[in-house]
Amino acid sequence: MNSNLYALIGLVVAVCFIMALKGLSAPKSARRGNLIGAFGATVATLSVFFAPGAQHHNTLAIIIAVAFGVIVGVPAARKVQMTQMPQLVALFNGVGGGAAALVSIVEYLSPHEKNTAATIATVFTVVVGSISFSGSVITFLKLQEIMTTRPVVFPGGRFVIAATLIGTLGTAVWVVHSGGNTPLLILGLLSLLFGVLFVLPVGGADVPIVISLLNAFTGLTVAAGGYVLNSTLLIVAGTLVGASGTILTRLMAAAMGRSLFGTLFGAFTAKPQDVAAAGEARPVKSGSPDDVAILLNYAQRVVIVPGFGLAVAQAQHTVRELADLLTAKGIDVAYGIHPVAGRMPGHMNVLLAEANVPYEQLVEMEEVNPTFPQTDVVLVVGANDVVNPAAKTTPGCPIYGMPILDVSQAGNVIFLKRSMRPGFAGIENELLYDAKTTLLFGDAKESLTKVVNSLKAL
Amino acid sequence: MSSIVILTIFVLSVFIGFEVVSKVSTTLHTPLMSGANAIHGIILFGAIMVADKSTTTLTTSLSIAAIVLATVNMVGGFVVTDRMLEMFKGKGGKK
Repeated sequence: MNSNLYALIGLVVAVCFIMALKGLSAPKSARRGNLIGAFGATVATLSVFFAPGAQHHNTLAIIIAVAFGVIVGVPAARKVQMTQMPQLVALFNGVGGGAAALVSIVEYLSPHEKNTAATIATVFTVVVGSISFSGSVITFLKLQEIMTTRPVVFPGGRFVIAATLIGTLGTAVWVVHSGGNTPLLILGLLSLLFGVLFVLPVGGADVPIVISLLNAFTGLTVAAGGYVLNSTLLIVAGTLVGASGTILTRLMAAAMGRSLFGTLFGAFTAKPQDVAAAGEARPVKSGSPDDVAILLNYAQRVVIVPGFGLAVAQAQHTVRELADLLTAKGIDVAYGIHPVAGRMPGHMNVLLAEANVPYEQLVEMEEVNPTFPQTDVVLVVGANDVVNPAAKTTPGCPIYGMPILDVSQAGNVIFLKRSMRPGFAGIENELLYDAKTTLLFGDAKESLTKVVNSLKAL
Repeated sequence: MSSIVILTIFVLSVFIGFEVVSKVSTTLHTPLMSGANAIHGIILFGAIMVADKSTTTLTTSLSIAAIVLATVNMVGGFVVTDRMLEMFKGKGGKK
């Protein structure tokens, strides 16, 4: 292929990616934006086979590898439950970072003259790509709840992290200086370790921010890889993701009321927490589905606060049935959606959209909070951290400073919970012991079905 | 390519990246993150580039591994983003 034509295709693909990101930032154009991005990526992948100066080595192996990647990636993306989507995104991000690091390593190992600038870019790719890979694996394990969602802090942890960081930087200098292969291997391993140590102390509630940040990291890794390979397209695409990812991370942190700095350097500042000092059995008021139905039946305004537990129990449809029933009785029903309800910003909107909940009933936190004093009953379905007053009252707890839904202002609060187990952030919720709180234990879907049946009988 | 050209491309891309997402609503944070995630799967382009000229067993195996990982990132990323966005349409509401 003519090299100008090839460069032109690269330009078209870069424009596709800009339009994709632009499209994704508005609801109307989002789906089309994503398809434009996919189109651009496909064109780019096909064009590389016809690159000027292509050697056509390993073509069959390349095609088989791509096919294998598709066979792994597509079913994973299609079959994943919407509730588990955040960890899948984390995993996809991690493998991308790993791929970028491998590409730079291959280029480094190939016989050609090494110049210092390219070696520095290689070092950057290996370090950040490896951090992104191992860090994403840890976020996956946290979100999948294979490992604890609490911050993992061990004595002297910050010194271990600092030592790893210094070791990584030292090895980076060594690689640039010597140009050898062994130092690069050591550098990769140290970076993998640093990625693990970096994410371990992050608490459950902050994991989405970390995923977003690692996403931006991978973007920058790809850009540096583009420098190594002398590819404008990779530089542009990687930088776009790096820049937009950084902004997105800041927006997310702002929506959750978290400081980005605090999240990132949690590794250096986190102290071992006193774990649930008051773990004693305290009296709570639990009610039957009939009690709940009666409370709801005589209410004038009901706000439903859905949380991750609702999604886990697949109770979206049942909760909609309940809302429809109440609306039919002339009761004003709204859903109070916390920005990070679920696991990531906007996650709950996706989950409720899946159950065809009308969009007008979904009310954002800022709008719903002032209405709680006029609300008779708040039904908290499988949520905990987003209504936990500790975010306001307990400085030093992992969610302190996060804006919450002020459900305690309402007349009655009903919690549908499986157990007294604390939420994702692992903190006790004082509201559960409040006098106006009623607890209905059990699987959210079963409990809701019982409530719906008793409501129908009333 | 000269370093100054590369720097120019880099800086301009940073500004475009900042600009295009600066007004996104919280509702779309998750799909946008996922879409951006798919876009950096374009490292597949680079992975194929290095595999294409690789002649030793070591570099070939590493680049083939990179191709598999990058394909999972890119294809999986776009598919899962599309699935998410599919749910935003066809509702009675304003979106």
